[in-house]
Amino acid sequence: MNTTSTHFVPPRRFEVYEPLNQIGMWEESFKNNGGMYTPGSIIIPTNEKPDSLSEDTSHGTEGTPHKFDQEASTSRHPDKIQRRLAQNREAARKSRLRKKAYVQQLETSRLKLIHLEQELDHARQQGFYVGNGVDSNALGFSDNMSSGIVAFEMEYGHWVEEQNRQISELRTVLHGQVSDIELRSLVENAMKHYFQLFRMKSAAAKIDVFYVMSGMWKTSAERFFLWIGGFRPSELLKVLLPHFDPLTDQQLLDVCNLRQSCQQAEDALSQGMEKLQHTLAESVAAGKLGEGSYIPQMTCAMERLEALVSFVNQADHLRHETLQQMHRILTTRQAARGLLALGEYFQRLRALSSSWAARQRDPT
Amino acid sequence: MDKVMRMSSEKGVVIFTKSSCCLCYAVQILFRDLRVQPTIHEIDNDPDCREIEKALLRVGCSTAVPAVFVGGKLVGSTNEVMSLHLSGSLVPLIKPYQSILY
Repeated sequence: MNTTSTHFVPPRRFEVYEPLNQIGMWEESFKNNGGMYTPGSIIIPTNEKPDSLSEDTSHGTEGTPHKFDQEASTSRHPDKIQRRLAQNREAARKSRLRKKAYVQQLETSRLKLIHLEQELDHARQQGFYVGNGVDSNALGFSDNMSSGIVAFEMEYGHWVEEQNRQISELRTVLHGQVSDIELRSLVENAMKHYFQLFRMKSAAAKIDVFYVMSGMWKTSAERFFLWIGGFRPSELLKVLLPHFDPLTDQQLLDVCNLRQSCQQAEDALSQGMEKLQHTLAESVAAGKLGEGSYIPQMTCAMERLEALVSFVNQADHLRHETLQQMHRILTTRQAARGLLALGEYFQRLRALSSSWAARQRDPT
Repeated sequence: MDKVMRMSSEKGVVIFTKSSCCLCYAVQILFRDLRVQPTIHEIDNDPDCREIEKALLRVGCSTAVPAVFVGGKLVGSTNEVMSLHLSGSLVPLIKPYQSILY
């Protein structure tokens, strides 16, 4: 993945930055295709050097005066030379066009970026909490944003990159022949990777629980399915179940029981959250509304809010345990397939966010 | 602490809670969904609240409330209850105390 300076803004936050991401990938392909310009592969067009043709007659080939002998084999195949020359010209032309388009995209994105930074600055001045690492000088970080959250966002960016790498590896490996032992270590790594995310979130929740609760670090489509700061374990089981076939009867029973327990645990936590909302609203609204002073209410409400951190942790604990139980119930191969399916599911959600944002920008 | 020992060894499922604690409420909901009617001790209304809290922590509960006891034995706090339930081990534990009504 391209990690040049164009990525100082996490692309998943502001979908308008997705073009940068795409440009990054395009740039890669541009660099790769530029390889055809290495000196060794260029055949000098014959129409630029008509005088050297007289040396070729010794090879006994008749026909066009536009033959140029650079390698012994090509002198016997004039068509091949012509074809190669034409292909080279065509490739050069296409490359120039691509470069032009790329530069144009860069220019457009640069202007958009400047415009966005101005907007952010404006919003910040008006007192809106702008939760992102973008500052007006595009280098430092805003004072409003806690350094812990900024660090989390950067760490999450790396987490996603590693996640994508692991998914690709699983995909490749599962399409070929792979030993159970190798699979087991891949599965272990994938599990550890998810557990690492939960630890990161726990630390971030201590710094800014609302940030974690709102799923601000995720893409918009992922946020649509948000449940207490993350994915809903029972929903996930529902999505993944068809991918585990074939399951033994015992496995099927265990998975169904797990799904039911998950659902019950989620319901309990959801109802606890509702109670928290009610008690918080009560605290905020306590006393006379309209007097203009409310320090005791703030103190009480702050105490209530402490509980939010516990709920976020409990929700992640539930996710952790669900993954753990699935690992216990499934065979290594089934777990690998499940983790691949899970990973790609989230990739698709992220892709959906980008596509949707692009559609919103250019409705045609 | 005697009071805690006595209260925790009551028959069935015993949960120590605080009226303001929403996680405690969540745990109660879970047991209700499992057709169990736990005995609830709201310690914040008890004059010995502090002592009870300390005792619960000493006995091994990760957080003082909610503290769940089944058949006189400590199960734990929210974390432990959730882990047990997802692993399928909670229901067998509370089976003797499950209501057959619904």
